[in-house]
Amino acid sequence: MIDVKRRVFLKGSAAAGAVVAAAGAGLIAPQAVLAEWNEAAFRSKSVADAVKAVTGTDASVESADIKIKAPEIAENGAVVPVSVSSSIAGVTAISILAASNPSPMVASFALGETTVADVSTRIKMGKTGDVIAVVQAGDKVYTAKKEVKVTIGGCGG
Amino acid sequence: MKKTVVAIATLCVVGLSSTVAAKNAADTTPAQDLETYRSYFTKKFPGVPLQEFSNGVYAIDQISRDSWEAIEEFPPYEPFIEEGEELWNTPFANGKGYSDCFKDGPAQRKNYPHWNAERKMVITLPLTINECREANGEKPLKWKKGKLASLLAYMGYESRGQKTNVVIPEGDAGALTAYNEGKSQYFSRRGQLNFACASCHMQSSGMHVRTDILSPGLGHTTGWPVYRSKWGNLGTLHRRFGGCNQQVRAKPFKAQSKEYRNLEYFLTHMSNGIEFNGPSARK
Amino acid sequence: MAKSSIKLRAKVKNGVTTVKALMSHPMETGQRKNKKTGEKIPEHFIQEVVGTYNGKVVITTSWSGGVSKDPYLSFSFKGGANGETVTVSWSDNKGGSDTKDVKIKGKK
Ligand code: HEC
Repeated sequence: MIDVKRRVFLKGSAAAGAVVAAAGAGLIAPQAVLAEWNEAAFRSKSVADAVKAVTGTDASVESADIKIKAPEIAENGAVVPVSVSSSIAGVTAISILAASNPSPMVASFALGETTVADVSTRIKMGKTGDVIAVVQAGDKVYTAKKEVKVTIGGCGG
Repeated sequence: MKKTVVAIATLCVVGLSSTVAAKNAADTTPAQDLETYRSYFTKKFPGVPLQEFSNGVYAIDQISRDSWEAIEEFPPYEPFIEEGEELWNTPFANGKGYSDCFKDGPAQRKNYPHWNAERKMVITLPLTINECREANGEKPLKWKKGKLASLLAYMGYESRGQKTNVVIPEGDAGALTAYNEGKSQYFSRRGQLNFACASCHMQSSGMHVRTDILSPGLGHTTGWPVYRSKWGNLGTLHRRFGGCNQQVRAKPFKAQSKEYRNLEYFLTHMSNGIEFNGPSARK
Repeated sequence: MAKSSIKLRAKVKNGVTTVKALMSHPMETGQRKNKKTGEKIPEHFIQEVVGTYNGKVVITTSWSGGVSKDPYLSFSFKGGANGETVTVSWSDNKGGSDTKDVKIKGKK
């Protein structure tokens, strides 16, 4: 019922164009990866430590094949829409960090074999800073970032 | 799409009387006001189609609009529509329900606000909902948020696409007085900061104030109720009126007071021809 | 709020099913103070969201309190057909949880 009267300005599905080639080989079942909430990653105060806690490595490369969709200026830091997609083959996990938050690691997504590397959520940002996307594929770690300006912070009161 | 940054205290205000003759509210007719008010904004924001003004600041600022569009992918007001529908369908203790008061169903936005000649007052939709409850032995709901807002969300949703059409009945002095009172409130400076609604939402629309871009006053009544991220929940139009009064350190009137009902009457008339599209999401 | 804390949609198009979920949850970081008492509001946030399709996990999401109040999640997977079931479940740091099913809509 709700669908009928939804405002219809939105372009097709967010997945369009970002469908990655299947690369099932060697995937670990997502349950195994994130059976437990990654305390170390989420409590970490630094981006580097958080990324290491999630990926198990310091070695990452910047990649142009990761697309971060986030507003240039956040309307309200309490609700910053962020989408991350990637055309890298065989993505097994995507993480989203807000570099200037006290605890930068915000969300981590473990993808199944058929899952498209394209996720969206809404995050809080205390102040202006980079939104960082970390993409894991095989044993490689790729990153990208995009600055979001925040005028009304969304972390405190 | 002006991006002049102005400090709140220095917002320039050109003679209001030159925009809508407001020196004396009764000097112009509602029809003339509508024409002047609408063309003020369509000239100020050329290229923005009339219907777009129902989207507040998102009609005039692309960057804000980007975030908003992402949020509209799954808007935070949707659960409230569902809650409102449940409330609508839940009978009162006496077995009756809202549909006994609103005979032609929940899509009621086009009928409100209106002038009631017998009671000599402006009748709003929230008022009618609570009167319906009380007539059936139920307690009235709070005006600004909560269940009433959810009911309004459902009714608003069912009314999407209806056009604003507030008629000030001709030859009814009471209706015209109520309209004129709403109008002078819109153009009267109030509060420690000495601002009128029009200072911000006409003269300064499109400008930045602190962290906000001021939305054009045209279409201001169409999108309610609104889920504001700042509130973290859904609120009614009169809740917003109160907030705007407080921003200029003026004492707000009570929700559903005569003052706010008359203001709503005037302001909704100014949006005649624009479709209702509530509920909406705002930052 | 309506009975379920999860609102869910799943649509299939061009062989890809896109799932969108909106959950009702305060997502307290533990950093916010109660304005009246000045005391910190204890952390209370969804830690894990799992999406399954026909009983098979397609996504496992871990969150901190840095995800917005009334959180949103969207993901897509290859496959899916009209009438098949997608499930989204969340669990939070205080032992709260909820789950919701939806039928996929649309033609392949
Ligand atoms: C000091 C400037 C100021 C004054 C004076 C003011 N407002 Fe506002 N108003 C704002 C700001 C800032 C916002 C939030 C940004 C926006 O949408 O314009 C707002 C928002 C609104 C909205 C919501 C618009 C939307 O699309 O969500 C309405 C309706 C409104 N004001 C009505 C009024 C009325 C009626 C008055 C007079 C009683 C008034 N305002 C006086 C600054 C002001």
